[in-house]
Amino acid sequence: MKEKLVMIGNGMAGMRTIEELLKIAPDMYDITVFGDEPYGNYNRILLSPVLAGEKTIDDIMLNTLEWYEENNIKLHAGKKVTEINRIARTVTAEDGTVEEYDRLLIATGSTPFIIPVPGHDKEGVISFRDIKDVDIMLDAAKKYKHATVIGGGLLGLEAANGMMQHGMKVTVVHLGDTLMERQLDKVAGKMLKNSLEEKGLDFRMEAQTAEITGNGRVTGIKFADGSSLDTDLVVMAVGIRPNIELAQKAGLHCERGIVVNNTLQTYDPRIYSVGESVQHRGNTYGLVAPLFEMAKVCANHLAHMGIGLYEGSVTSTKLKVTGIDLFSAGDFTGNEDTEEMIMQDATSGLYKKLVLQNNKLIGAVLYGDTKEGAWYFQLMRTCQDISDLRDKLLFGESHLGDSGHGGDHIGQMSDDTEICGCNGVCKGDIVKAITTEGLFTLDEVRAHTKASASCGSCTGLVEQILEFTLGSDYETPEAKPMCKCTDHSHEEVREAIRERKLTTINDVRRALNWKTEDGCPACRMALNYYVQSAWHNEAQDDPQSRFINERAHANIQKDGRYSVIPRMWGGMTTPDELRAIANVAEKYEIKDVHLTGGQRIGLYGVEKEVLPKIWADLNEAGMVSGHAYGKAMRTVKTCVGKQWCRFGTQDSTALGIKLEELTWASWMPHKFKLAVSGCPRNCAEATIKDFGVVCVDSGYELHIGGNGGIKVRATDLLCNLATEEEVLEYCGAFIQFYREDAHYLERTAPWVERIGFSRIEDTVVKDEEKRKHYYKRFLEAQKIVQVDPWKERAVDGKAKHEFETIKVVQA
Amino acid sequence: MSNWVEVGQLDDIPKQGSRVVKTSDYNIAVFRTVNDEVFAIKDECPHKQGPLSQGIVHDRKVTCPLHNWTISLESGEALGPDEGCTNVFMAKVDNGVVSIDL
Repeated sequence: MKEKLVMIGNGMAGMRTIEELLKIAPDMYDITVFGDEPYGNYNRILLSPVLAGEKTIDDIMLNTLEWYEENNIKLHAGKKVTEINRIARTVTAEDGTVEEYDRLLIATGSTPFIIPVPGHDKEGVISFRDIKDVDIMLDAAKKYKHATVIGGGLLGLEAANGMMQHGMKVTVVHLGDTLMERQLDKVAGKMLKNSLEEKGLDFRMEAQTAEITGNGRVTGIKFADGSSLDTDLVVMAVGIRPNIELAQKAGLHCERGIVVNNTLQTYDPRIYSVGESVQHRGNTYGLVAPLFEMAKVCANHLAHMGIGLYEGSVTSTKLKVTGIDLFSAGDFTGNEDTEEMIMQDATSGLYKKLVLQNNKLIGAVLYGDTKEGAWYFQLMRTCQDISDLRDKLLFGESHLGDSGHGGDHIGQMSDDTEICGCNGVCKGDIVKAITTEGLFTLDEVRAHTKASASCGSCTGLVEQILEFTLGSDYETPEAKPMCKCTDHSHEEVREAIRERKLTTINDVRRALNWKTEDGCPACRMALNYYVQSAWHNEAQDDPQSRFINERAHANIQKDGRYSVIPRMWGGMTTPDELRAIANVAEKYEIKDVHLTGGQRIGLYGVEKEVLPKIWADLNEAGMVSGHAYGKAMRTVKTCVGKQWCRFGTQDSTALGIKLEELTWASWMPHKFKLAVSGCPRNCAEATIKDFGVVCVDSGYELHIGGNGGIKVRATDLLCNLATEEEVLEYCGAFIQFYREDAHYLERTAPWVERIGFSRIEDTVVKDEEKRKHYYKRFLEAQKIVQVDPWKERAVDGKAKHEFETIKVVQA
Repeated sequence: MSNWVEVGQLDDIPKQGSRVVKTSDYNIAVFRTVNDEVFAIKDECPHKQGPLSQGIVHDRKVTCPLHNWTISLESGEALGPDEGCTNVFMAKVDNGVVSIDL
């Protein structure tokens, strides 16, 4: 018989736990849910946009009543639980309904705090917590003129803005001297107040409410200083308190909240608690992102998997008031051990404050331009050392050599602004998907809209839209698992491969308890690369864990045909080679011959079966694969250098050929391009390559981490060298370090930004021993792979099945 | 009416791989999963007609090489939020010989 799981509280945190549980253990429990409200589960955080008339209740439903039926969950909607009997293991509701449990999940959330001043129970005094409150406010907006919100925090301001949108005259009464003092410093708080005043809100600061006046229904407020204010509605938004009465009555240990351990278990092992009702390591939370983290861990333990710990959350907030961009996270006040970076531009309404401690970002307040919020938050959560970023930190990620996307304020973008250029997805499509489908993560948005699912360059924008739409609900990802097949990150997997000498992808999956039998397209290719880069002598290549281009050694085109691009060493060619290419093109009726950006010639529109024949012809003329299809070293682009050019300082072409002979056929985390320019005029564009050399009179400048693609990034200057031999050694060492350290599918540009330039400089330039070590490993690996894959297939008959039809059936 | 046609040996198809059967009208991709089950579906992704035979085979699914749609080998239907379907043919293995029902 199935165990019985009962949940008290039909809110976001609890239901997220149930959803997570259904995902990993769908048949483990008979599930019963009690909820006070007569609805399914809705996105409480989006009540503000509902109040402001920007969304409807239907828009914000997460689980409809039908959903509960479909998932065989018994829902007691509108029934308040009044008792938990821990000995009999039952819960009893107001109407006498009794349910037994084997496990109990308490997700009772919190209640708004009502200041116990005289008159607080009059008609027209409400809080802002649920659909009922929104209905009262909307109703009041039709009948009355003047509303007052007590509390100038996040929720209070959103409520005030909402009622103002419906034509009410709204006054915000605040005890402190700045708004949102839990999230903002004084400067930002003042800027916010000015903007809101411009929008039409009135404020009474440093005002202490003494009494709510009126005869039956509220008509005014009296303050401690003797002044008063006329009003028809009072919304109290001064804070929330965890709902612990039920748990307390049942004898569970509570302080401010229900005390839980790192697995969200209360002092009764059969009883768990998640959400705003919880107190964990002394903290209570009122934002959704931490609640979701709790949900994941709790579900895992309910499913008897027993892995995953909740270790507390760093939270960030955004104010959901249209037209105001505001972001705050972490410790933004600082102390004597911290330093601050501040940028303030009163005319354009911009303010940024970053708080640093020991070269780590620990807090941020952004006003007016919050597009960097997600990035700062990421830096905080990952505790990244920012020494390398110091001079640019305040200006944001988009100033780290990225002149590509970004720049616009999400809030000001119109719905038809195209966000994802690959798949033609507009801002409005994404916002709609987030609200109607109830999406919370980047992966979910990708799955539903395809936005940022192709080249990924708009990922930052999509994350900003998520954050903008959901406000504080958006969870910035931490150290991510490699894919859905495992909980391990790329680093953990690579370490295991090294430490435990795992040489096949099956070994890796077995050793690390992969959740799927044979992996997914994401992890298979990464693992196949990781085992080979760690154990180039012993590891087995798994062709079925390579993308088709690397299996067929040609690039698949949109119609299923392929392209053929032979190598031209250092961009040099000969009449013989050109003749061979021309002959092949004519012989196989190839119509399109194209010059590539890397100084190669491409033949397009080749049927797969023909590939080995073309390769055989090209081999005969001495040409080999250009690896223009692989996550591999692609090309070395050169200029003619001092051989011909009157400005040339070194023989850039010859050096390019040497570099290509050194590095060809090497597999990489992603494609890898090199260039050598003969002088600082840089005609070979070496400063947007993964590895570039700019020749100067005294020798060679080495440049790394450039990219001319999705995000243009100019290289960082690694060092100056005097001889070609040194250039080759440093190049090999740099490549090998990249190969062994970067995540699969991570180009050098984002890799350099992730790990920091100084680590690369330390490894390749400053530490001779390490450089020699990596160079030696590179040469060893190259000895094994430098075999022309075209010749193996065209002449030696390798992997025949790849190119032949198994059967032709005549109709 | 069934029309079983022998297409080749199971060992001719790599595990987690596929081979193509050509007919006069279209190509059929014959897949072999990690557990040696065989499936046959029309070699066209419902999205932009990408050759599914060239995709990555995982579990009883194949991911299209062109735009990463994932198609069920059992039903021919696109999985996840994507929608679309390609034709499915019965396939079987007898004594190591693979046949499909055209």
